[in-house]
Amino acid sequence: MSLLQARGISKRFGGVQAVSALDLDVAEGEVVGLIGPNGAGKTTAFDLLSGFLVPDAGEIRFRGVSLRGRKPHAICALGLARTFQIVRPFPRLSVLDNVLVGALGRHADAATARSRARAVVERVGLGPKAAAPAFGLTLAERKRVELARALATEPALLLLDEVMAGLNPTEIAVLVALIGDINASGVSILLIEHNMRAVMTLSRRIVVLSFGERVAEGSPAAVARHPKVIEAYLGEEYVDGAAPTR
Amino acid sequence: MAVGLSLIFGVMRVVNFAHGDLMVWGMYLAWVLATRGGVDPYASFIVCAAVLFVVGVAIQRGLVQRIVDAPHEMQILLMLGVALVLENTALLVFGPEPHRVRSSLAQSTVWLGPLFVDVARLITFGVAVALTALLSLFLFRTDIGRSIRAAADNTYGALVIGTDVRRVYAVAFGVGAACVGAAGALVAPLVPFQPPTGLQLSVASFNIVIIGGMGSLVGAFAGGLLVSVAESLGAVFLKPSLKELVSFSLLVLILLFRPAGIFGRRAP
Amino acid sequence: MRWAAGAAVALLLALPAFPSVFGSYAVTLFTLIFFYGFLGQSWNVVGGYAGQLSAGHAAFLGVGAYTAAVLSVELGVTPWIGMFAGGGLAAALGALVGYLGFRFGLRGFYFVLLTVALAEMCRIVAANTDAVGGALGYYITFTGNPRQFQFQDPRAYYYIALGLMLAATALVGWLAPRRFGVYLTAIREDERACEAAGVDTFRYKMLAMLLSAFLTGIGGTFYAFYLFSLQPNTVFGVPLSVEIIIRPIVGGAGTVLGPVVGSFILSPLAELSRHYFAQGGWHGAHLIAYGVLLIAVVLFLPDGAWPRLQRALHRRARPAA
Repeated sequence: MSLLQARGISKRFGGVQAVSALDLDVAEGEVVGLIGPNGAGKTTAFDLLSGFLVPDAGEIRFRGVSLRGRKPHAICALGLARTFQIVRPFPRLSVLDNVLVGALGRHADAATARSRARAVVERVGLGPKAAAPAFGLTLAERKRVELARALATEPALLLLDEVMAGLNPTEIAVLVALIGDINASGVSILLIEHNMRAVMTLSRRIVVLSFGERVAEGSPAAVARHPKVIEAYLGEEYVDGAAPTR
Repeated sequence: MAVGLSLIFGVMRVVNFAHGDLMVWGMYLAWVLATRGGVDPYASFIVCAAVLFVVGVAIQRGLVQRIVDAPHEMQILLMLGVALVLENTALLVFGPEPHRVRSSLAQSTVWLGPLFVDVARLITFGVAVALTALLSLFLFRTDIGRSIRAAADNTYGALVIGTDVRRVYAVAFGVGAACVGAAGALVAPLVPFQPPTGLQLSVASFNIVIIGGMGSLVGAFAGGLLVSVAESLGAVFLKPSLKELVSFSLLVLILLFRPAGIFGRRAP
Repeated sequence: MRWAAGAAVALLLALPAFPSVFGSYAVTLFTLIFFYGFLGQSWNVVGGYAGQLSAGHAAFLGVGAYTAAVLSVELGVTPWIGMFAGGGLAAALGALVGYLGFRFGLRGFYFVLLTVALAEMCRIVAANTDAVGGALGYYITFTGNPRQFQFQDPRAYYYIALGLMLAATALVGWLAPRRFGVYLTAIREDERACEAAGVDTFRYKMLAMLLSAFLTGIGGTFYAFYLFSLQPNTVFGVPLSVEIIIRPIVGGAGTVLGPVVGSFILSPLAELSRHYFAQGGWHGAHLIAYGVLLIAVVLFLPDGAWPRLQRALHRRARPAA
């Protein structure tokens, strides 16, 4: 059952073609990894999918509905939530209030929303810090706040943009477990990630982007061996499998 | 004259409250220099620019720097406070009556082809163009200029490549202040000025920047031209005191139909 | 903390009784405290909670004032009804400014300047429209008729101003924990993140603007029928806008009691300094003080006086914590 279908989406900024005729699918229940070198267009793709940028060309369908012309908040209301590469919790609001904002999108009554928010806060493990203002938290905690806020919007598809960045191995392990848990509860996930171990562990399928184009797609194992992928990350010289002689 | 001003404001791309009031201080400084020192404003504008550069850097270093990480509404309030202080100190020191600077050049006119042109305005225009050219050179060719543009575009990125962002900000602010200081001195002989003029100038420059479009030199030029023409026409056909209404209506129209401005390349 | 709450309640209950005890100067002072507290609270909705700094709120006050005044004098419409017309017109103006500013993402300085430009335009229009008195101003003849919102007894104004302030504060207090209030505080923090979390930022900013403008417009009616004369330069001027915003900012923008606390702090100080400076013939000196105060608040007390006070009181109550 296809949840998200992007066909031929493109975006150009001045002289740079950031994303070029990209096709992307996410099926219900899947975890799809989106990888590629820096500047490959991954975050731009997220911006296009979540409505923060308008595609120059192409169609995006989510749960059968076209996302053309929809503002980000409307797309979130349809069930597509995202996080940001540079984490953006609301600094002066408490953890609970941060998540509350997300929950209010689904429950107009503040009291109901608040109890839902509290449940989500507990689920991501921030229960003890629920009243703390977001600016005082560690990076890992702030990431979980943003994740919780997105979760509180009760999405069908969650777009995670480099959530592991800047975290130490313990924090990463915790987050990987949490994401797996979220997926098990029925939320599909599309994640941009540089941490290969995390991506390989979590994803059922991986899409590789380079210079705005999809260069490979498949299971984690297949993608790891794919010549184009090696070329994209390490350069042509490494494709044959041997390190170049100097 | 408005064109010259708008060029400067447009290129700086940063319109903030205090600019208008700083400019008025430039005017007052020119006045003081003219009446006490007997220096013609067309010579003293360099001094005004220098003094205001220092003032600008001082304001930036002393006040703005402290809250560089604060929520943006705090920065706005800070500049509002500065503007209030500047405007009302001027009121205190110089009184509420309009002042005017006398300049021998302001009286003479010259034939320019079929047109009868004010030498004063000609010089102002010329200097404004020259200053703008200088400013563009500075922003595009020098290292500091490039740093300023980089920091304006992407502060985080600029930090990453090792820019001393604080110094860059201070310089940018100072340069902006210097520009308006010069502008103030240049304009002083042309119009009577009083402390509330600062507010009108800020609003006018805001109009010009939005109408002409941001991020575009041509836009600043065109915007200023359009606004001054429109206002003059307005003064002729409607009551003279309504001319600001004309530019405001223009502003509303632009915002409704072409929010990026006539030549704008990005949203405000 | 108990005793502070108790003291506050006692004060609240005592306020209506004050006029019987106070002399007329004190009554006037408190009337002003309440009135500016009301205006500050109105601004607080859009400026404090939503973080959209408007430095042109005098436009809404002026529009409300002129509307109610003209309706009363020319058409005999009682200001008790006229105030809603004034508020409505002010709200429409707020919608215009909001649309122009929010639709096209005018952020920060640009939005502020837009609001200032608006107030300036209103000033120019009013000064050039002879039908409302032009630059000389519009005058209301004093009849002392309550049906025309005019009262012989200054204590009536005291109660009305108090009522306005309490009503506005209650409204803000009611809205703050609800979706409206929470969304506004989030918008103030980070609009992009709000959009990603499903908040229709444009809609809520507009709503805040409409409410704020409407309330301020109603305040305009009070202003008109308290002072009986409207001058474009005063009513639409920047100094009045500054008076409106400085109290909530000093007291604590984005909090329920901030504007009230701010008004209690600043109004007496403003009156004192105005007297003092006016005697010396120093024009606009109190505005310098305001400017310095703004700078000081931003640098040292960014949350405002009331939150700081709250924290201090909490610490007193729980020294071990």
